[in-house]
Amino acid sequence: MKRNVNIKSMKYEDFNDNEYIEQMLKELRENGTNVIIGCLDDVIEWGRSNSLWPLTFATSCCGIEFMAIGAARYDFARFGFEVARSSPRQADFIMVAGTITHKMAPVLKRLYDQMADPKYVIATGGCAISGGPFKKSYHVVDGVDKIIPVDVYIPGCPPRPEAMLYGLMQLQRKVKAQRFLGGLNKGISEKEYERRLREDTNKVEDYREYDESGMA
Amino acid sequence: MDNTIDIKDRIAAMEPSAVWSDAGDGMFRVPVSSFRGLAEKLHNEGFDFLRSLTGIDWGEDGLGCVYHLENTATGENIVLGTADPDRENACLPSVHDLWKGANFNEREAYDFFGIKFIGHPDLRRFFLRDDWKGYPLRKDYDMSLNPLNMENEGNEDMAPSYEMTSDGSYILKRHPLFDDQEYVINIGPQHPATHGVLRFRVSLEGETIKKIDVHSGYIHRGIEKLCESCTYPQTLGFTDRLDYLGAMQNRHALCACIEKAMGLEVSERIQYIRTIMDELQRIDSHLLFIACLCQDMGALEVFFLGFRDREKVLDILEQTTGGRLIQTYNTIGGVQADIHPEFVKKTKEFIRYMRPKLKEYDDIFTGNIIARNRLIGTGVLSREDAISFGATGGTGRASGWACDVRKRHPYAMYGKVDFKEITFTEGDCFARYMVRIKEIEQSLNIIEQLIDNIPDGEYQMKVKPVIKLPAGSWYTAVEGSRGEFGVFLESRGDKSPYRLKFRSTGLPLVSCIDTIARDAKIADLIAIGGTLDYVVPDIDR
Repeated sequence: MKRNVNIKSMKYEDFNDNEYIEQMLKELRENGTNVIIGCLDDVIEWGRSNSLWPLTFATSCCGIEFMAIGAARYDFARFGFEVARSSPRQADFIMVAGTITHKMAPVLKRLYDQMADPKYVIATGGCAISGGPFKKSYHVVDGVDKIIPVDVYIPGCPPRPEAMLYGLMQLQRKVKAQRFLGGLNKGISEKEYERRLREDTNKVEDYREYDESGMA
Repeated sequence: MDNTIDIKDRIAAMEPSAVWSDAGDGMFRVPVSSFRGLAEKLHNEGFDFLRSLTGIDWGEDGLGCVYHLENTATGENIVLGTADPDRENACLPSVHDLWKGANFNEREAYDFFGIKFIGHPDLRRFFLRDDWKGYPLRKDYDMSLNPLNMENEGNEDMAPSYEMTSDGSYILKRHPLFDDQEYVINIGPQHPATHGVLRFRVSLEGETIKKIDVHSGYIHRGIEKLCESCTYPQTLGFTDRLDYLGAMQNRHALCACIEKAMGLEVSERIQYIRTIMDELQRIDSHLLFIACLCQDMGALEVFFLGFRDREKVLDILEQTTGGRLIQTYNTIGGVQADIHPEFVKKTKEFIRYMRPKLKEYDDIFTGNIIARNRLIGTGVLSREDAISFGATGGTGRASGWACDVRKRHPYAMYGKVDFKEITFTEGDCFARYMVRIKEIEQSLNIIEQLIDNIPDGEYQMKVKPVIKLPAGSWYTAVEGSRGEFGVFLESRGDKSPYRLKFRSTGLPLVSCIDTIARDAKIADLIAIGGTLDYVVPDIDR
């Protein structure tokens, strides 16, 4: 059977490195920055952006590619990502690699809440971005940005390791500009954020009665 | 199924009320009242392997199940179907005591269809939350019933069961899963050693495991329901994403099933290409298995070695198919594209490269005293249990059960190539590990025999753009990377399937974890889970 499948893609030359954040920074700095605080900030942000620790979080296919960028050929240790942590308390960012289902959604939210600030989220692959091929399903969340704020989207099904590295580097750029973008890129006000921080996010209704000593 | 006539007579003698229906592969339709008796008789006759249990919404005929049984001694196969016309209160007798593998499968059918299995000891939901409303795979399920619920999930501590009383009605009983005094810890769903989002509740006494309660469904995407609204070519895309380390084989199974239903014979060239691709995929999967097992047990170096060699396989696959992990290569009646001009050369290079590397793994890990102490003798699965649970693949073969679909029901080119089915008798973690190491070698042998002789011909048969299958039901199985991957397809003559069920390779593997991990130490659970080699998205579908 003869098939004329014509996939329209971007020309290679048109694909420029995405440096708009750096451009913006340059413009902001044109009027000069504070000598001490400004330079100190730059150093701190440079340091932070080059030692971002991911949470080992994977639900499906994208997780295998995440492992592949951890392994020898793609090696994200070159950019300072190699210290993958299994505990959300020690992680800087969470790479949502795979489909998030209704049953998993509260768990993901809880993991995100358990991470220490400043924290970032990368949505990897079609499923995490929009539900992907399973969008119409009864049990799939159509996009993790419905639950938690997302900093970088990496499209693909699953994205190639090169794409993942590019996405991770975009996150680094964003971290470097933290001072100008604001400490909390959360889509909520600082007041609201404070309130949520104090609220017990992991409320589980407990019917047991406790006496004064705290024993059940 | 060659011996249908013989079986027909025997079934007629055993149970006169069973009716043979001829559409597709054919099956015996049994009334609910006589189903349990027939199942017991068949089990006593030697039908000891429940290949697949599929819940179906048969519309006006009610809700029912289809059972695929196999006699492992003689290789006979039989398909039984039974349905309860009372949709509100559908009840079927449970067969969990005959085939242990039925336990989780019946919970799945209850979860999806609301069929109550009388006598099942633990009829909780399996994939969906306990507070889920309705049964999603029923044809009349209302999609708007269950919006996203961000409340943390509570856990049912009482297991419900339905038991028959003497007057024919049934009563609901509840049994506690764990005693008040038991020390229960939670592992997962976010845990690096559960290989995905699987969750165990483990009851401990000191360090010794007393009971494991498996919670699944954290990556349940409802693929089977989605398939019912897709045309046949559209359903193919989902198979790659079930068990992504067996993407080729999964897709091969579904394509083969649809081709069987269409009555389409594919050319020899396609058979050759599919077989080679399946074996490359198997090598890829086994390498990942070794890498992950070693990483879980603390040998990080082998993780890098495994991934280094795996990338070589992916390079070959990518050159022809364009995909690294998910290739979307097989199509109905062929393959997406012809093999790359350098495919043969590169594959041969890879075979030459891979053989000495296997020795390297042996030197570094197999002989390692820590690895041997942790693997040898832990997590023993007996042959009887392996068959009863339906734990196929490397796990079954490590227990001495020759369960390879490539040998039992040869498909594609497997009937014509010479390879050894690796079996061990120990059934422990070490045997499960060794099976995979040796199977890489066998896969290399298979590829070597085929790679030089790929015949000329077309790589895609002529197929109509809109495919309609005749009414009937079919089952096709292939040997996936980690066991028998089966596709059960029921068609009503439309351009999309009426019911499409994928026999998960991983579900039987997690269902036996409670049996084999009991009285093991908690640290051994990691080795046991690692060597069982399940992929969670394949369990949850």
